[in-house]
Amino acid sequence: MKLFQRLVPWILLAIALFILPAALDDFRLNLFGRYFALAITALAIDLIWGYTGLLSLGQGIFFSLGGYAVAMYLMLNTKSLAGGNGIPKFFENYGVEQLPFFWQPFWSPVFTLIAIWAIPAVVAGVVGWLIFRNRIKGVYFSIITQAALMVFFHFFNGQQKLFDGTNGLKTSTSELFGELVGSPDMQAWFYRLTVVLLPLTFLVCRYFTSGRFGDALIAIRDDESRLRFAGFNPVPFKTIVFLVAGALCGISGALYTVQSGIVSPQYMSISFSIEMVIWVAVGGRGTLVGPIIGATVVNYLRSLVSEALPEAWLFVQGALFIFVVVLMPDGIYGWITKGGFRTFLAAFGIAKKAKTYPQLDKEAIPVD
Amino acid sequence: MELFFSQILDGLSIASVLLLAATGLAIVFGLMGVINLAHGEFLMLGAYVTYVVQSAFKPMGGLIFELYFPISLVLSFVVTALIGVLLERTLIRQLYGRPLETLLATWGVSLILIQWIRSVSTAMMLGILIAVAVGFIISKLLASRFSEKPFFTYLNGLGWAISIGVGLIAINVLDDIQPISRAWFGPRNIDVTAPKWLQGSWGMIGKIELPGLRIFIILLSALLLLATYWFLNKSVWGLRIRAVTQNRQMSNCLGIPTDRVDSITFGIGSGLAGVAGCAITLLGSVGPNLGAAYIVSCFMVIVLGGVGNLLGTVLAALLLGIIQSVIGSGTLLTIFPDMPAAAKGVVEFFATTSMSLVLVFIFIIVFLQFRPNGMFPQKGRSVDA
Repeated sequence: MKLFQRLVPWILLAIALFILPAALDDFRLNLFGRYFALAITALAIDLIWGYTGLLSLGQGIFFSLGGYAVAMYLMLNTKSLAGGNGIPKFFENYGVEQLPFFWQPFWSPVFTLIAIWAIPAVVAGVVGWLIFRNRIKGVYFSIITQAALMVFFHFFNGQQKLFDGTNGLKTSTSELFGELVGSPDMQAWFYRLTVVLLPLTFLVCRYFTSGRFGDALIAIRDDESRLRFAGFNPVPFKTIVFLVAGALCGISGALYTVQSGIVSPQYMSISFSIEMVIWVAVGGRGTLVGPIIGATVVNYLRSLVSEALPEAWLFVQGALFIFVVVLMPDGIYGWITKGGFRTFLAAFGIAKKAKTYPQLDKEAIPVD
Repeated sequence: MELFFSQILDGLSIASVLLLAATGLAIVFGLMGVINLAHGEFLMLGAYVTYVVQSAFKPMGGLIFELYFPISLVLSFVVTALIGVLLERTLIRQLYGRPLETLLATWGVSLILIQWIRSVSTAMMLGILIAVAVGFIISKLLASRFSEKPFFTYLNGLGWAISIGVGLIAINVLDDIQPISRAWFGPRNIDVTAPKWLQGSWGMIGKIELPGLRIFIILLSALLLLATYWFLNKSVWGLRIRAVTQNRQMSNCLGIPTDRVDSITFGIGSGLAGVAGCAITLLGSVGPNLGAAYIVSCFMVIVLGGVGNLLGTVLAALLLGIIQSVIGSGTLLTIFPDMPAAAKGVVEFFATTSMSLVLVFIFIIVFLQFRPNGMFPQKGRSVDA
């Protein structure tokens, strides 16, 4: 049994790497690649919400920054997309002659690979430090992150000359290593990359949540004032964990962008960022397995419902929010591991009740 | 200069709508610590109530039609307040003391309300009624048989799931019948025509024209604000509300019915949002996504103004509304045509509605660096350190 438990992650990885690509057609495989990419974001949110108690409604910022970074690189390095002066065609629509300065470094693949996680990390670090420094927490933190999200959304949405505004940057028609990014072959490779990066993210998150650093995070979640009175300064802890989460979201956004074929300001919409939170809530916050389950299950459900009844998805999603928050606060994984499932079975007489002392139904409570 | 003043007037009217909406949100947040993300959807509901009332009055025409607006003001307050109370009784009550959870749950509510407005039809309403009726019958039946059994809650849940299924089937069947399957509003925007006495100008002050609509909105929000102030400070229930805001447990000990206070507060907060929605219909066409445009600004007003303080809310709303309107419309350029080139570039950069929002939010984040708890922070030991 012990051996089996140790083997489970490897079996799952093998299934994801070898069996799923064989069993699913290209379209479905691509969808699963996207779910796994989103699962990385879910892990990041779990890191800051489930463990540290910071409910950020602005993770879409970092997600899209990563996406834009990779999209800018792809746009620049595709000959077929270039216009007259060797810069992407869409610039011509707005009469831009020269490449904006911040596009310049994205000619380089090395810079792009670093920028995908470094830019979101820096932005997250700065935003986080500014907020945490002033002891803004709880719902105020959520509201401020949401406002920050709106700032970025309006900026990317309104600046057509810099980012093609609402249209976003299309990556599916761009080329990488001389092949179309949207081609099934490329997509299969992106899928494999995602499947490899997801466990790595898991390990990163486990590293941060275990040991003394993890204890500090949980202490911040449970009682920040007490931690401070004990002589710790929570600000660096919070800033670092927010920064790490931002970097992870950036990676996730880049992976999602290349697989969905476009990055647009819609990734910074308010609703998308709140949706990310519900993946974690459904899976089980405060656990590292939960978010992966949650992101996959919720997004799979979304695909199913949207294909069958596009109008019904918002109803289902809304109901999911309410259901999880009110009836299942520990999420699916938490429900199973924290005894909810056992209570469920016990209610129908299938499993034994957990022992309590004094056992309420059998022994009388001693009264003195 | 006239242009500047008329722009200020514009900003004031936007600020008044914001103020109405934010006041409701601030009262609810201050009292219950509940973050109501569905507040924007209450605005939307208020606007749709106005639309319904207008449509009902349209056939009568003439003088009676001109009177629809006051009636819709009252009705939008009442309807949204009732929905708010219903929401509080069923959902919010379960989540006290968990503000982040209420945030998520109310977001779920807002999603449902948006989609409901988009796709509601008579068939759908009938289906929902059937589902609720079947659900209640099943749960009554189950309660009479199994209420003592340990698996009762799960069985009850199953019963409700079945009733939802029945409702879905009913909707599917009814959807084939032509006249009742037509959507009431549909996903498109709707337009409300302002009554004649609000259109046009209400006279001049100096050389500045007073547009009736905007003046009316400003007066309306001022009046409602005074009413809210009176209610909170002079009435019995206002006293109770303030007591609960200050110290919930102690008020409970002294015999104040805190749960009823919560319901009333939530109802008033939602009702104010409904009136704000009614006022928004005067400013332009409205759609199911109306709420999203206002909700973040409302929260910004609260953050900027400080919690549980009407004066802070007023000042913050006025500030945000006017800044946004003056900068967003690019009026600064026309007033000061000969400013230095660098400043001109900056002003031009922010002279759209969305970019002015960016500027305002950046301003707020900078402001919070100096006053982390807003302009008028709450004081005292009960405030969470």
